[in-house]
Amino acid sequence: MTGFVLAAIAPITTPSVDWLGVAPVIALGGAGVAIVLARALLRRSAVTTPVCVALGILGVVLAAIFEYRLWHLVRADGAITTMAGMVRVDPFGVFLSVVVLIGTIYALFISVAYLKRESLDAPEYLALVMLSAAGMVAIITANDLIAIFVALEVLSIPLYVLAAFDRRRMASQEAGLKYFVLGAFSSAVFLYGVALTYGATGSTSLTAIGDFLANNTLYEQGTLLAGGALLLAGLGFKVAAVPFHFWTPDVYEGAPTPVTAFMAAATKAAAFAVLIRVFSIAFPLYRTDWKPALWVLAVLTLVVGSVAALVQTDVKRILAYSAIAHSGYILIGFQTGTIAGRQAALLYLLIYTFMAIGTFAVIMLASMTGDDRHSLDDYRGFALQRPVLGGILIFFLLAQAGIPLTGGFIAKLEVFSAAAQSNNYSLLVIGVLAAVVAMFFYLRIALALASPATGGEYFSDRRVDRWSGVVVATAALAVLATGVTPGPFIDWARQAVYFV
Amino acid sequence: MTEFYREYLAVAVLIGAALALVGLMLGVGKLIRPVRPQADKYITYEAGSDPVGGWGQSNVRYYVYALLFVIFDVEAVFIFPWAVGLEPLGIFGLVEMVVFILILVLGLVYAWRKGVLRWA
Repeated sequence: MTGFVLAAIAPITTPSVDWLGVAPVIALGGAGVAIVLARALLRRSAVTTPVCVALGILGVVLAAIFEYRLWHLVRADGAITTMAGMVRVDPFGVFLSVVVLIGTIYALFISVAYLKRESLDAPEYLALVMLSAAGMVAIITANDLIAIFVALEVLSIPLYVLAAFDRRRMASQEAGLKYFVLGAFSSAVFLYGVALTYGATGSTSLTAIGDFLANNTLYEQGTLLAGGALLLAGLGFKVAAVPFHFWTPDVYEGAPTPVTAFMAAATKAAAFAVLIRVFSIAFPLYRTDWKPALWVLAVLTLVVGSVAALVQTDVKRILAYSAIAHSGYILIGFQTGTIAGRQAALLYLLIYTFMAIGTFAVIMLASMTGDDRHSLDDYRGFALQRPVLGGILIFFLLAQAGIPLTGGFIAKLEVFSAAAQSNNYSLLVIGVLAAVVAMFFYLRIALALASPATGGEYFSDRRVDRWSGVVVATAALAVLATGVTPGPFIDWARQAVYFV
Repeated sequence: MTEFYREYLAVAVLIGAALALVGLMLGVGKLIRPVRPQADKYITYEAGSDPVGGWGQSNVRYYVYALLFVIFDVEAVFIFPWAVGLEPLGIFGLVEMVVFILILVLGLVYAWRKGVLRWA
């Protein structure tokens, strides 16, 4: 009976926590919780929304300060591994976390006017954005398949709700349901991949899997390869790579436009972070197995994204296919498997964030209340009637097409030169051809904007509010800056390619 | 028999005991209870509401209660193992659980203030 005496209890040693390493996640998640609290406690709705917006901005700013500290810390002393190896903060992670923070603050800014215009509940919306952002930063710094899965759900579930947030609009509800069903399915696929990988290697930690595969030869590789393939499929869904892209046009079209912007920019950065991290840290020795798979994925993504956009007549759908095509270029960079390729992918994600958010911000400003008509005919003559806003939209479209002197050109150039350096000429040629095809549909939108109206136009002539104005102006400046003086940005990406 | 299977013997014993107990209770009941059949006694719920026949449409407002129930059900699932290990976990474990419960309570406060709990 003495076995039950309390003296037998030994203290459980909890893993040590480097609080600075997880501080950005806590800041973002804490802001989300604080917004819910503010909503519950403040009775007067007049102050509720400003307080919630302020809390959201405070969360992002705090997270950015922590990321700044972490950047210098990890650059000086190497990567921080904490929480029993679950979290790993390295230059790569900090860089992409900052990309996500840029996407988040922009999404918050353009949402303010949108929520008012569409008379939607602001606090809930803002809280969901903050929680999703917390999941994104968590997934970028996660170093364990279980932690990645949990963070994947934390970032996805708020996005499902956000896509369906405009409850009066059927398209929004449809987008939310489609995203939820397919997203839950892809999470299950990812989880199955985690299980098989664990079965093959005996660990869920990315570093432990990498070490195990470096020191052991698997007698039978089927389980591991199947696991890797399922991980690739699950993550391919999140980055909207073909053939896992079917949700993208419907969800991008139906979701509220600021949510589309947030999904296009921040979610893509987070999902690519996981994709690159898992395959670079856990399976570097299986390059010969995953590179052909990524090659097929990249080619399909480029071809389908560019060609399918040609036959669309809805601006948001065209931009959705363009977002798919952009994933293809990032996949080219990653597929090379070289440092230069990874650097190109990072730079692409940074520049793409500015281009995508900027484009969708102008689309949001141009659309009428209701946010339901985005066909090319609706936008006819927009650039003539509103020269500044229309000109900026054309600039963003040209940047996405990859015209020189814009960031989009530098992003594509870096990716293509990385492909050329690794003698990957097939991808290089397909990428360039896809860019030529893509040029056509970007110019098609630009042409509609610049051609005289025929009376069927349907766009807003509302004054641009201060918050959205800041977003559009700074995003345009950033796209211009990355195009004219790309040096500092390339240097920054070069410092960020490492996992140590 | 190996040690591995011997540990599972306990499960077999438990299954046997459970079957015996249920059999005993129902059997003894059948032997000693009076039998006075009435139609109402043979519907599914003795409370009197018959769920069979017609579309049993439930009020959509129940879903919020279902959601709140699930939240606190899951909370309980986490609290039970935590309570067993509270002593070795020490202050750290206590603080963690307080944070966890506070976040869930916040959800309840939010639902309350939104008027979800009022049956209007």
